[in-house]
Amino acid sequence: MGQKITIEPVTRVEGHGKVTIHLDNEGKIEQTRLHIVEFRGFERFVQGRPYWEMPVLVQRLCGICPVSHHLAAAKALDVIVGAGTGEGLTPTGEKMRRLMHYGQIFQSHALHFFYLASPDLLFGIDADPAKRNIVGVALEYKDLAVQGVMMRKYGQEVIKATAGKKIHGTGAIPGGINKHLTEEERDYLLHGDEFMNIDKMIGWAQDALEFFKEYHKKNVAIIDAFAEFPSSYLSLVRKDGALDLYHGVLRAVDSEGKKILHDVDYQEYYKYIDEEVRSWSYMKFPYLKEIGKQAGWYTVGPLARLNTSNFIDTPLAQKEFEEFKKYNGGKPSNKPMHAHWARLIEILHSAEKIKQLLNDPDLMEGELVTKGTRHLEGVGLIEAPRGTLFHHYKIGENDMITMANLIVSTTNNNQPMNEAVNQVAVRTMTGKKEITEGMMNAVEVAIRAYDPCLSCATHALGKMPLEFEVYDAGYHLIQKKIKD
Amino acid sequence: MNPDKPKTLIYGYGNPGRQDDALGVMLADGIENWSHSQHLPWVHAETNYQLNLEDAEKITHYNRVIFADASQEPLPDGFLFTPLKPSEAIDFSMHAVAPAFILHLCHEVFHHTPEAYLLHIKGYEWEFMKNITGTATDNLNKALDFVKSIILQHSNT
Repeated sequence: MGQKITIEPVTRVEGHGKVTIHLDNEGKIEQTRLHIVEFRGFERFVQGRPYWEMPVLVQRLCGICPVSHHLAAAKALDVIVGAGTGEGLTPTGEKMRRLMHYGQIFQSHALHFFYLASPDLLFGIDADPAKRNIVGVALEYKDLAVQGVMMRKYGQEVIKATAGKKIHGTGAIPGGINKHLTEEERDYLLHGDEFMNIDKMIGWAQDALEFFKEYHKKNVAIIDAFAEFPSSYLSLVRKDGALDLYHGVLRAVDSEGKKILHDVDYQEYYKYIDEEVRSWSYMKFPYLKEIGKQAGWYTVGPLARLNTSNFIDTPLAQKEFEEFKKYNGGKPSNKPMHAHWARLIEILHSAEKIKQLLNDPDLMEGELVTKGTRHLEGVGLIEAPRGTLFHHYKIGENDMITMANLIVSTTNNNQPMNEAVNQVAVRTMTGKKEITEGMMNAVEVAIRAYDPCLSCATHALGKMPLEFEVYDAGYHLIQKKIKD
Repeated sequence: MNPDKPKTLIYGYGNPGRQDDALGVMLADGIENWSHSQHLPWVHAETNYQLNLEDAEKITHYNRVIFADASQEPLPDGFLFTPLKPSEAIDFSMHAVAPAFILHLCHEVFHHTPEAYLLHIKGYEWEFMKNITGTATDNLNKALDFVKSIILQHSNT
């Protein structure tokens, strides 16, 4: 008798999901799906609201990456207020936003690595769940736990200094920013107390990278072979090909590194990208139109960014980037677990960028806002921690939003996550009689490599349930497990 | 600052954009304004959308912490004030962490365990809009009076 195994939702990802694994009569994997089970339409909700509310309103999508939504919305509204398409802001406006964004990347990546991923790496996928969490890390690797807490705090302080608040700030406004950085804020972030200084953060970012690389050396099979599959990759890159998390052109490469989207202006993203709806998931499936629905899917996020970029414009991160590229033979890494490596390189890059910006006098003086001729439509893209985030708005003559389309990072990674889950399921669950905690966690580890934020992806405003279910070929429930 | 007074943090969390989910945040804001007017410099207030891991470090700076949150559960008095014990029970996601877990992490990582309490304030409506409901406002006012009385008790000792 065939079975359908359901893992719902995924532990230690942001938001909730459900994994169903369909087994045939011999216990072989027939099909694996990652489901998103709740939907409340945020895009419809914002229709009829005044456009200037968007940078604040859209942050309600998520408590984890509100800054990314804040900035993507502000970038779209820059176009609407005639302040250009990412390059028209004043130096102060752009640099303050960049500082905010690097603070966000820094704290979000730190959260993911130290608190969500490191327990799996330190204790192993099959370890007792009671130990395989941040408390377990704190007990056995206290320095790592302290570093994780303090790096999160540092990034949040950067956000507070630029956005006004750590959560749901108001710093970015259409056409610019609403504040300068004060001397006090700059000095606090540059060389505050024992933990609150940027050189300490750069040092810890380097330590975290060394930790990962040492782990990688000893666990090549886990990092390199875990859920490996070919994918295309998409991200913003700077016009000269540098990694740029705030602004750039859209580039995609295939699994061999061949360009399949040629550095296009993201204001016209809809010419190149479409979204497919599938009946079993509320999360859409984006794809490159030219390649088609079946093969046009792509991966976004830290791994994608390192696969699409030619170089990094900060010295320490560039050195790590070169090592990463050399390890992968100069071609894209198709190893989902390398996302952890890429994420750590981006933490280091962000710390270097924060230091550069804190030493830039433009942040403390100069015009804050650019004004221009109003338009009725604007697109804002940003490289959020989890990948490329699209905000697209149209307004009416009365300044009210008439259309909103958000493609969030996790939605972009929908198909890759399904591919990864299937790879792991086939490897660990085929023919097994008992579904163990370790087997289920292996599936979750694959999903966690993408750092998904499922509440963003469904634009959900509420909570989702947590349970595991197993069905037979007739879709009768034969096993159910609650995970908390 | 008077060193005899317990340095106290009122930490309100919730989403001010979802009606009564703002109750914890509004309580903290209310206490902050009141403590300034009463010249109580050992009383601090903090608000956030949700609790985060770095809050384990934040509470190391306090002797006493009151976590304030909105509640969907029935509460006969409109609010419920209970002592909080550390707990290593971890949520399925780090999207939001529980106050008992923050207390536990604070103890394990920073070896400090402040006296901690949980203040639940009963809410009723959670839709995506501003302004709390009338009944929730009554509950908030009762909870505010209660927290003020606790703080004043300590300031008179």
